Amino acid sequence: MSDKPRVATVSLCGCFGCHMSLLDIDERILQLVQLVSFDRTPLTDIKTIGDCDLGLIEGGVANAENVEVLREFRGHCKVLVAVGACAVNGGIPTMRNQFSLRECLDESYVNGVGVYHPGIPTDAEIPLLLNQVHPIHEVVKVDYFIPGCPPSADTLWTFLTELLAGQPIAFPYTQIRYD
Amino acid sequence: MGGPQVSEVQGFVTESLGRRGRVPEHLLQHLIAVQQRFGWVPPVAVESLAAELDVTRTQVRAAIAFYAFLHERPRGDFDILFSDNITDRMLGNRHLLARLAKQLGMGTHETRADGRVTLGLTSCTGMCDQGPALLVNGRAVTGLTAERIDRIAALVGECVPLERWPGDYFRVEDNVRRRGLLLSNADADGAGLRKLVDQGPAAALAEIERSGLRGRGGAGFTTALKWKFCREAPEGDRYVVCNADEGEPGTFKDRVLLTSYADLVLEGMTICAAVVGARRGFIYLRGEYAYLLPHLESVLARRRAEGLLGESILGQAGFDFEIAVHLGAGAYICGEESALIESLEGKRGVTRKRPPFPVVSGYRDRPTVVNNVETFLAAARVVRWGGYWFRGEGTDQSAGSKILSVSGDCARPGIYEYPFGTPVRRVLIDCGAERTQAVQVSGAAGTTLAPAEFDRLIAFEDLSTAGSFMVFDQSRDLLDMVQNFAAFFAHESCGFCTPCRVGGALLRNLVEKVAAGQASEHDLAELRQIGGVMRQTSYCGLGTTAPNHILNTLDKFPDIYRRRLRSADYTPSFDLDGALSEARAIAGRDDDAAHIPETLPTTAGAAV
Repeated sequence: MSDKPRVATVSLCGCFGCHMSLLDIDERILQLVQLVSFDRTPLTDIKTIGDCDLGLIEGGVANAENVEVLREFRGHCKVLVAVGACAVNGGIPTMRNQFSLRECLDESYVNGVGVYHPGIPTDAEIPLLLNQVHPIHEVVKVDYFIPGCPPSADTLWTFLTELLAGQPIAFPYTQIRYD
Repeated sequence: MGGPQVSEVQGFVTESLGRRGRVPEHLLQHLIAVQQRFGWVPPVAVESLAAELDVTRTQVRAAIAFYAFLHERPRGDFDILFSDNITDRMLGNRHLLARLAKQLGMGTHETRADGRVTLGLTSCTGMCDQGPALLVNGRAVTGLTAERIDRIAALVGECVPLERWPGDYFRVEDNVRRRGLLLSNADADGAGLRKLVDQGPAAALAEIERSGLRGRGGAGFTTALKWKFCREAPEGDRYVVCNADEGEPGTFKDRVLLTSYADLVLEGMTICAAVVGARRGFIYLRGEYAYLLPHLESVLARRRAEGLLGESILGQAGFDFEIAVHLGAGAYICGEESALIESLEGKRGVTRKRPPFPVVSGYRDRPTVVNNVETFLAAARVVRWGGYWFRGEGTDQSAGSKILSVSGDCARPGIYEYPFGTPVRRVLIDCGAERTQAVQVSGAAGTTLAPAEFDRLIAFEDLSTAGSFMVFDQSRDLLDMVQNFAAFFAHESCGFCTPCRVGGALLRNLVEKVAAGQASEHDLAELRQIGGVMRQTSYCGLGTTAPNHILNTLDKFPDIYRRRLRSADYTPSFDLDGALSEARAIAGRDDDAAHIPETLPTTAGAAV
């Protein structure tokens, strides 16, 4: 058991769509658990990360907690992968980058339609937001980038199986076309 | 700002259409005229030109957006742009800009609220031997000093029109320091043209072929071959174009040739026309040299009067050739011949796919010879004095001489003509350069030379150059040069292909990160990687040469990068803790938990 490569995954500022896409490998997940063992990931609900061979990151970096988690992953994973548009480029959440943080929070918690008890939450338990949303490679070194919103299950499957087999990763054209 | 009356703008457009012609090819020239007259291109001018020239409004607006000297919003009455080549920076242009802005009570990149004046920067204006320089409403002001800046602030403050500014502000010196084959024979008596008429175009082409003349714009294509292809093209119109879009930073020789050797350049074009059978030619003059327009027009008029241009040149029935000057409007890419042709046709200067080359399908898809100013000058001399005369200097593969534009850290910047095969060291000695750290040959897109290479030769087979020669002494930080060039290429990319558009911006950002002392070894590897991709995959020469200065300096001057690295491994590309500033302010927090610590565990290795 312990000699299998260990894999951790996390969704930072993402929608979990990339994780859902990973689950779309369907019954191949049985093969996957033969190949690897899972460390911290929403699939196991393990909350802290141990030393891993591979870390898959979904989502960009939008708050202080994202920075902390991402750094922990980088520190514990031999290979770190940006999975999907948000991790690669920041994605949809970067639409807020053209506004100031206060404008965004005012819109959500003060001026927005249907807001009761207006006021920006300031509880110390809530991670502080960064001024802007960033792709993960601007915060830590990233080894691989898999584009797509989300990358398809087949794309992720190709990536994982070829990487684990120690092969150069080559995608069939159908797995990396997006229109 | 009220802006001009609609009727006034329409009247001007109508007049311009009458004067310059009603074909879509003239769109850019009309836009430049409107810009010069009103200080911007008002919407009503866009509407009128779109209607009259039968082009879409989008095409007109795309042209305005593309060219740096055209504007969709009003500029100040005095539109002042400081030349921002590295040589201008070395002479302190930033301090002077800040000084002027302070005196005028405004920022360094804005239009003052009262609409009187706009300040900003522009790419190299070709005055590197007499900088720092600026353009005010398109006119070059050279040799800027603190006193001159103070005086300019006063002139702007008093709203003194340019015609009444001191004349010596606008004086542009030739600074010819060394004359060789071409520059020491300035006589413009039309002897080459007479010889052409006496002996026929085939004999003239044979002389050009014998001379071994190669294009002086940098690529070095054999001139006789280019002319021959065009001459042998199927029947129909063909064109001769003189590329005077001298945009490569640090180059200014064409400015001097068009100032003091214009007759010979025009004679070269006329000879070319006879050889290839063209009846029309163009000089594509960069917008920064617009002040040369009246001079060129007067030389053209005199040549017409002397029977050296126009119909039946030198009395030869059927030898008709006319030259028009077209202006550029601040786009480096238009120095590339196919982009230049697009621009001549009034469009945005985006490069064409090649082949077909312009000599097969150029202006209006007809065979077109595009040559550099210096090439035409050399061709005129060759026809007059013969191919062997020209071959007498130079090397096996590089016949004749090369005119260099020398600037930067040397006692005597200016124009130097050398036989091909001259070592770089010789140029450095002649121009009075001391304690030289590096030489940038052939402009921002060229080669960075370290002292160990100063014995290399100016020649196509060793150091091919369009003539820019910028000298950096040991007091300089070469990363300033790299930053300047990286910003230049990011700005001048036409945006058509992704490797150049995106790669250029990435390189610029990474170089800025290095300069800010925030970079790591990882970023240097990124610079190499992105530079390699740009070289390999960009659509035209702008993109393939844009990373040269970075790749050259990474190899030859690694210390300018290394001594600034923050860590050997990886550093974030922004200030993580600083990025929480707004949230801390909103939450009213400043406790430890509201900060991101400097570093956490370092990264692991690469392979599974």
